[in-house]
Amino acid sequence: MSLPDGVSRHDFDGTTSIATRGHPEYGERTDGEWRRWDPHRSKLGAMLELGMETGLTADQTTLYLGAAAGTTVSHVADFGGPTYAVEFAPRPTRDLLDVAERRSNLFPLLKDARKPETYAHVVEPVDVLVQDVATRGQGRVATLNRQFLADDGYLLAAIKARSEDVTADPEDVFDEVLADIDAAYDVVATERLTPYHDDHLGVVARPER
Amino acid sequence: MTDGWFAGVESGDEAAAAERIRTGRADGPEAWPQQAVDAGFASDEDDYYDQLHAATMTATRAAVAERETADDKQLVHAIRAMADCERTANELAERVAEWAGSRYGESGSGVDFARDVVEREPVDEGDVALQSLAERTVAVADEADDLRTYIEQTAPAVAPNLSALAGPVLAARLVSLAGGLESLAKQPSGTVQVLGAEDALFAHLRGGAPSPKHGIIFTHEYVSGTRPEERGSAARALAGKLSIAARVDHYSGDLRPDLEAELDERIERIRTRGGDGE
Repeated sequence: MSLPDGVSRHDFDGTTSIATRGHPEYGERTDGEWRRWDPHRSKLGAMLELGMETGLTADQTTLYLGAAAGTTVSHVADFGGPTYAVEFAPRPTRDLLDVAERRSNLFPLLKDARKPETYAHVVEPVDVLVQDVATRGQGRVATLNRQFLADDGYLLAAIKARSEDVTADPEDVFDEVLADIDAAYDVVATERLTPYHDDHLGVVARPER
Repeated sequence: MTDGWFAGVESGDEAAAAERIRTGRADGPEAWPQQAVDAGFASDEDDYYDQLHAATMTATRAAVAERETADDKQLVHAIRAMADCERTANELAERVAEWAGSRYGESGSGVDFARDVVEREPVDEGDVALQSLAERTVAVADEADDLRTYIEQTAPAVAPNLSALAGPVLAARLVSLAGGLESLAKQPSGTVQVLGAEDALFAHLRGGAPSPKHGIIFTHEYVSGTRPEERGSAARALAGKLSIAARVDHYSGDLRPDLEAELDERIERIRTRGGDGE
């Protein structure tokens, strides 16, 4: 599997894991300047650990939707270029601010991913759109934010079945969300994120030409 | 003229830039860094990103402070309004049913019956008056449903863990009874267990009456669905986890799925063993 420059397999006391170089943020293991990118804590980390072809490379411009407390986006900013982190809930954003304070290429935004017009005046066109929003209508969020993605860019989404309907079969939920995504993208790959995250589907897609 | 966040902002004016980050809008993304350099706002791309970092940090810090103090209060208003609408709709529906019984000689009850009445063909002025009342009754009931939807959408943002464990509506009721998320987070779990059962609690404290085993958390399936002799244990276990969830929500805000798993396991044990062994 190909890892982006700046992301590397590293040995932490006998556990080999992907890692980036930067300030530790969530109690992850460290070794010198390397810090573990814990796939159990990060869905994008799980996608990389599972060998999904993400198209990630160093120094890309990224829009990250659903940044939460900044666990994953901290790693993205470690190896990426300008990184825009959108989060809707104020409390985790407080932690995201600490993460961003230490990273001059990470721009935190307290905005609603369902209302792109409220951050389109800040966010430039990006190479990568990462989506990890725990809200109903995840397919719609991907479609609404398609406008930010360059034509040769990648959508990397973690779809959470329980956010759409806790009672439905996750496979049915995934099919519905994928159908929404299909309207604006070509889906390149999908993979369940087990054993790292239950009932989550990793999706790699490219904008439809 | 650009829609970019730097439009009309003096280079280096961080406060004005932050305000634009918070309130600005654009139809779509554009090559903002290039535009800012061309417009003379930034000397080069590095300078642009430095100013953007300072502005987004200031803007987001202010927005967080504002939302944190306001969001749980909004939820409290919404849940109280929902309760008002439900109660009022039920009262009006009773009136509609009584009135309709006198005119049509048949009895029905509830909001569904009021919906029925609305559908009928009016024969005289009396029918028109009754139907008008029935229409308003239905509208108030619909308003309660809309408020419920609003609460289901917003409670998980205000209190993600509490909403995951209790469901958004019960989570909102608990926040409302405590008077805010912060006060809920500061209450011991024994208080959370009997929130909403204040009458019974004070009767007990005055002496004579048994102590209440549960308040509003009775509406949770983990209490109401547990057989009566184990409900006290179930209520205590649930209140314990809910109070941890409220603290996590207030003090850190990240989602801890472990809490839900621990609660599931504990209730399972209480239901199967017939006691929590404490």
